[in-house]
Amino acid sequence: MMPGRRPRVAIIGAGPAGAFAASCLLRARGDAEIDLFERLPTPWGLLRGGVAPDHQEIKRLQDTFDRETLQRGCRFFGNVEIGVDVSHAELMRHYTAVIYATGAQTDKSLGIPGEDLPGSCAATEFVAWYNGHPDYRDLEFDLSAKRAVVIGNGNVAADVVRMLTRSASELERTDVADHALEALRHSSLEEVVVLGRRGPAQAAFTSAELRELGHLDGVQLLIDGDELELDDISREWLDEHGTFTARTNMTLLREFAARLAQRAVARRRIALRFLRSPVAIHGTGRVEALDVRRNEIVRSDGGLLRARPVGEEIETIECGLVLRSVGYRAVPLPEVPFDERNFVLPNERGRVMTPDGEPLPGVYAVGWIKRGPTGILGTNKRDAEETVTCLASDIDALPSPATPGRHEIDALLAARVPELVTADGWRAIDAHELQRGRSELRPRVKLASSDELLAAAATAP
Amino acid sequence: MTYVIAGSCIKDDSCIEVCPVDCIHPKPGAPDFETAEQLYIDPAICIDCDACVEACPVDAIFAEFELPEKYDYALDLNGRFFEEMSTAERTAG
Repeated sequence: MMPGRRPRVAIIGAGPAGAFAASCLLRARGDAEIDLFERLPTPWGLLRGGVAPDHQEIKRLQDTFDRETLQRGCRFFGNVEIGVDVSHAELMRHYTAVIYATGAQTDKSLGIPGEDLPGSCAATEFVAWYNGHPDYRDLEFDLSAKRAVVIGNGNVAADVVRMLTRSASELERTDVADHALEALRHSSLEEVVVLGRRGPAQAAFTSAELRELGHLDGVQLLIDGDELELDDISREWLDEHGTFTARTNMTLLREFAARLAQRAVARRRIALRFLRSPVAIHGTGRVEALDVRRNEIVRSDGGLLRARPVGEEIETIECGLVLRSVGYRAVPLPEVPFDERNFVLPNERGRVMTPDGEPLPGVYAVGWIKRGPTGILGTNKRDAEETVTCLASDIDALPSPATPGRHEIDALLAARVPELVTADGWRAIDAHELQRGRSELRPRVKLASSDELLAAAATAP
Repeated sequence: MTYVIAGSCIKDDSCIEVCPVDCIHPKPGAPDFETAEQLYIDPAICIDCDACVEACPVDAIFAEFELPEKYDYALDLNGRFFEEMSTAERTAG
């Protein structure tokens, strides 16, 4: 780059990974001109659209993101889809470097018959729907059946179980989307069955999430004490290699199983079932039942504990809704290499690599598109530090952008994206939602359609 | 007295950076860091300085006597984390 010129960096995706990368880059290179691109009109990704409405305290992180990025000169360009409105090649003409922070946008399927029946969905679709993601607001979840099944034992599974079982009066105090609040208010669900492929010692719930499931108002947590009897492999693993969380979880599960008799009166029930895998979904025109089979824990060649089917017995669980939460997957991005086996951008410490194993100059990755869908919010901070350290050490040797200043990208965006949402537009959306929230004694009332969001953004001065 | 980290911790390490007595664990790079669901404050070492409370972006840290009822388990949990693993073990890796 020519001496004295400020590096211009585009970050694609304004979720936690993109926000941490922007913040970290501003600390490393205070002179960097950073533009944060986002497909939606709103920033902060899963902090807004993923974190559950009843976990408002975590959403406070957006104040830190705002303070450390937008308030420090980082620009926000919402409602811009890279690969549609602006190409990768165009970004490379206008910026010294591009950081992809696009996350993992699809979910893994179960691969079982009946999975495509209405009433069988990805838990992430349900999450996006109740969090007011504009692409998902028109989905309909039939909550008229008595029982739903959630497949998976991770944090998304725990979130959807709470949202399905909390009372309307609890949900009314959150920023759950209005359309979801209305549907959940009329829910006839009495029981949510949660299936774990492996045993209680291997459940991926954090102990905080598990504890919450056991302390929901008016909700009884059912656990079969027999399913907490650990097999020899699991007991040995827990004693020798088990994490603090796994040991805490086992203690909690035993406490919950032991207190069942004390909490007989309940509005709804949550039944945790372990060592069970779904094998087929049945129904005429929609989900009516789920077949499950028993598993046992075996040690694989690599020493990992995995579930293996045992016996022929099939149990049929009648239900009207099946939400699967068994993992996520990134999708390939236009014009950049993609690792089809690991579903990430091929990279070394955040430097995106060509198929020949050479760094692709000026192209970086951060977050789930870099490391896969693992870790929690704060994990992205260390991840961003790693990517930004590489970028900062490369940047002065990278060629300057073909265009001399910021006004060329501004002109391009003005031509391509008539309803571009800038930081001012986002602040207008934010103020509008918070104002509506104040009048309804809620933390926020979300605008949940693109039209409403863009109209609110357009009121910005 | 001690400060306590509750379950809404996102493992942002801002608290670790500001702690003057290095009592918040596990630290990035420690063998148990990636599997930890949250960070914990060692009640035997904490000097109640409040720096971590100011640094936490999600207000997950409380003075022991201000711990909300829904997090009352967290006092014991923070302590138990350190009882189960000696500092020597944590720093050996």
